[in-house]
Amino acid sequence: MSRIGKLAAAAASALVLMSLSAQAQELKIGIKTEPSSLDPQFHTLNPNIQVAQHFFDALVLQDENLKTKPGLALSWKPVGDTVWEIKLRPNVKFHDGSDFTAEDVVFTYERVPKVPNSPGPYTIYTRAMKSFEIVDPLTLRIHTNGPAPLLPLDLAALPILSKKAMAGPAAEGKTSAELNAGNGLVGTGPFKFVEWQRGSRIVGERNDTYWGEKPAWKTVILRPLSNNTARVAALLSGDVDLIEDPPTTDLAKLKNDPKVHLDRAVSNRIIYIHLDQHGEPPIAIPDTNGKNPLMDKRVREALSIAIDRKGIADKIMEGVAVPAGDLLPYPMGGTRKDTPVDPYDQAKAKKLLAEAGYPNGFSITLGTPNGRYINDLKIAQAVAAMWSRVGVKTEVDAAAPPVFFKNRDSFKYSAYLAGWGASTGELSNALKALLATPDRPKGMGTTNSGRHSNKAMDAKLEEALVTVDDAKREALLAEASKIAIQEGHGLIPIHFELSVWAMKKGLTYKGRADQNTLAQGVKPAQ
Amino acid sequence: MIVYIIRRLMQAALVMVVMSVLVFAGIYLIGDPVLMMISPDASELEREAVRKALHLDLPMWQQYLLFVNDALHGNFGKSFLAGQPAMGLIFERFPATLELAFASLVLSLAIGLPLGVYAGLRPHTAGSKTIMTGSILGFSLPNFWVGLMLIMVFAVLLPDLVPGWPRLPASGRGATVDVLGVKLSFLTGDGLLHLLLPAVTLSLYKGALIVRLARATAREVLPMDYVKFARAKGLSERRIVGVHVLKNIMIPIATVSGLEFGQTVAFAVVTETIFSWPGVGKLLIDSILLLDRPVVVAYLVIIVFFFVALNLVVDLLYSVLDPRVRLESRAT
Repeated sequence: MSRIGKLAAAAASALVLMSLSAQAQELKIGIKTEPSSLDPQFHTLNPNIQVAQHFFDALVLQDENLKTKPGLALSWKPVGDTVWEIKLRPNVKFHDGSDFTAEDVVFTYERVPKVPNSPGPYTIYTRAMKSFEIVDPLTLRIHTNGPAPLLPLDLAALPILSKKAMAGPAAEGKTSAELNAGNGLVGTGPFKFVEWQRGSRIVGERNDTYWGEKPAWKTVILRPLSNNTARVAALLSGDVDLIEDPPTTDLAKLKNDPKVHLDRAVSNRIIYIHLDQHGEPPIAIPDTNGKNPLMDKRVREALSIAIDRKGIADKIMEGVAVPAGDLLPYPMGGTRKDTPVDPYDQAKAKKLLAEAGYPNGFSITLGTPNGRYINDLKIAQAVAAMWSRVGVKTEVDAAAPPVFFKNRDSFKYSAYLAGWGASTGELSNALKALLATPDRPKGMGTTNSGRHSNKAMDAKLEEALVTVDDAKREALLAEASKIAIQEGHGLIPIHFELSVWAMKKGLTYKGRADQNTLAQGVKPAQ
Repeated sequence: MIVYIIRRLMQAALVMVVMSVLVFAGIYLIGDPVLMMISPDASELEREAVRKALHLDLPMWQQYLLFVNDALHGNFGKSFLAGQPAMGLIFERFPATLELAFASLVLSLAIGLPLGVYAGLRPHTAGSKTIMTGSILGFSLPNFWVGLMLIMVFAVLLPDLVPGWPRLPASGRGATVDVLGVKLSFLTGDGLLHLLLPAVTLSLYKGALIVRLARATAREVLPMDYVKFARAKGLSERRIVGVHVLKNIMIPIATVSGLEFGQTVAFAVVTETIFSWPGVGKLLIDSILLLDRPVVVAYLVIIVFFFVALNLVVDLLYSVLDPRVRLESRAT
């Protein structure tokens, strides 16, 4: 080989090595849904929250199981019934090099109600806050409207913006449109914002002065790949390194692929069936002479034990579900280790129905969205078949999600299948929404379209909501859930969805219960 | 001519009005956008606040009049979901879709026209029969299936099985360059590579259409007197086919290509979804699912306008290609 040839070969191999190490520094993630905005206070939407967590930190962070841990706050404690004192983390810098202080926190929280046209306002997290008191640059007191034991969870949902970078002529400082263009998008998070091409990519670069554990990746690219098949194809063809939520139909194939590694985690999303319990006459139950069989606890129990949850988890969900007996999986706040899952027992179900006065069953309509939750329609069809087997003739009424929600909220279904992900990772959130006696102005029972009502449960829940002591509150929530679900069969839990991430061999991801995909959690091979 | 164009534009305005009423009513009937967007944790008070901010608390006819009033001032409203002007969101994505539609049009013409003319000139050879059978496949294979197969073969299987086989990108758009503020990807190598599979997928159906059309028209034109006359005059076969036959074939081809181009731009949704192509089709589908009415309305207004303009261009092309066509006479 000539000298020039050798040189060229050396240069080429050097280039290859360089590009290899550059690749190792870059992480491309296929996400399912693109955020609607990069303004972390515009829309309480999971894709937005997930992207914001790359660039911003909240005072309180949540670990994989949604347990709170210190973020930009070192500690927080109640100092009186309606005051929380928060100690901030010292020596934290924003991406533009400026210092993080209590001023930024107050600015952030005060901006929330000023964001215009928000389709899902963050005011749900600031409604407990009355006023702020800056004691010193690293100490903040938040005065609340009444006792607010769940304030730390609210803080966890509010990423901190930089007051300096957000300065602007509008009432809210930098507007959502400016933030979407990257203007003012300055946080303290593990990645710095580089660019967003709508529909195509969001790019971040490692924040080398991050206060916490520095991410393993110099560059992270989030690519929206909403089609399930396309997302899997992008992983297999090497277009991306990791994808979230591979379709259940592809899991067996991916599991056997030597180039692919799967990580999974139990999520906070419960799939449940709610039953209409508003009274007489029943909705869409034509053959009971105007009586509503669902008012009878025995009928509700019969419908619950007529369901083969394990069969659904194994056959329909291909193993990415865990049968459920509560609204959140153990060990999240308020759950009990020994919560039983209703056993599958069709003989007993028939007996209970006969005892309740329906030896020949009755007819019922089961509403379900089609395409909102993993395999929602298939699950509803399986449940309908199981119910029909014990004599409850069930017809499935499937609809596109917008139509389903409209029907559900105007009480068109005698029973409906839906899902709930308690973002707080503790039971009060789910109990309040799904089982508390509906009182919409107070925010109780907002998604309780079965209109279940149980005064004993309401009392426990309301007490829990003003109990600041964590252990005491969680014990109250556990009791409330026991009264409403295991004893009252107020609704029928089916399973918790498992979240799955598929990635190139050599990567690992500690799956999160909130189903978020965070680049800082992806680790390369050791 | 000018009267003709004005008349066409007035027709377009009418279609837009009817279409916007339909979309308004349709989305109103389907459901409540706020329910789709707001966190289920929100209280009734917070829901009301959002409804008010987005004017969804008003009766439908008032919402519609508000929209018309804004639209007449050139403002098509802000996307409920993104909070940004709907037109801006659409135009941001339009270049990607146009690029894809254009690439597939060029591909289908480049492949379909010569094959079709050949099949028309020599209808009984084995080659022609193969071409015609192939075109049936091009017609009948569903778009999404073709796309998935192309991905499987060229992005996953071949590079895995054959060492050294180049792996084609299966998703997204490649590197772009700014030309007058518009991001274009077909000017970079990476961009062209990314364009290849989706453009081939889209061009398959169109190409098959053009093959069949070109063959049929060629068969029709060949026995015509002027072709015979040209032959008698002793013109070379190349000149006969290249000028006299081709020019007459181009008339139906121009019409169909124009319409197909419009179809592709407006409804390349399936291909865009499979290849995660950041075009407008995906935006439309997402917006419909989330009941993001301003984006849906703005999109359809653009598409109506686009179709009208396209038909106009096709008509104008007609008069260039076929001297017998006079636009004025057609307009009356």
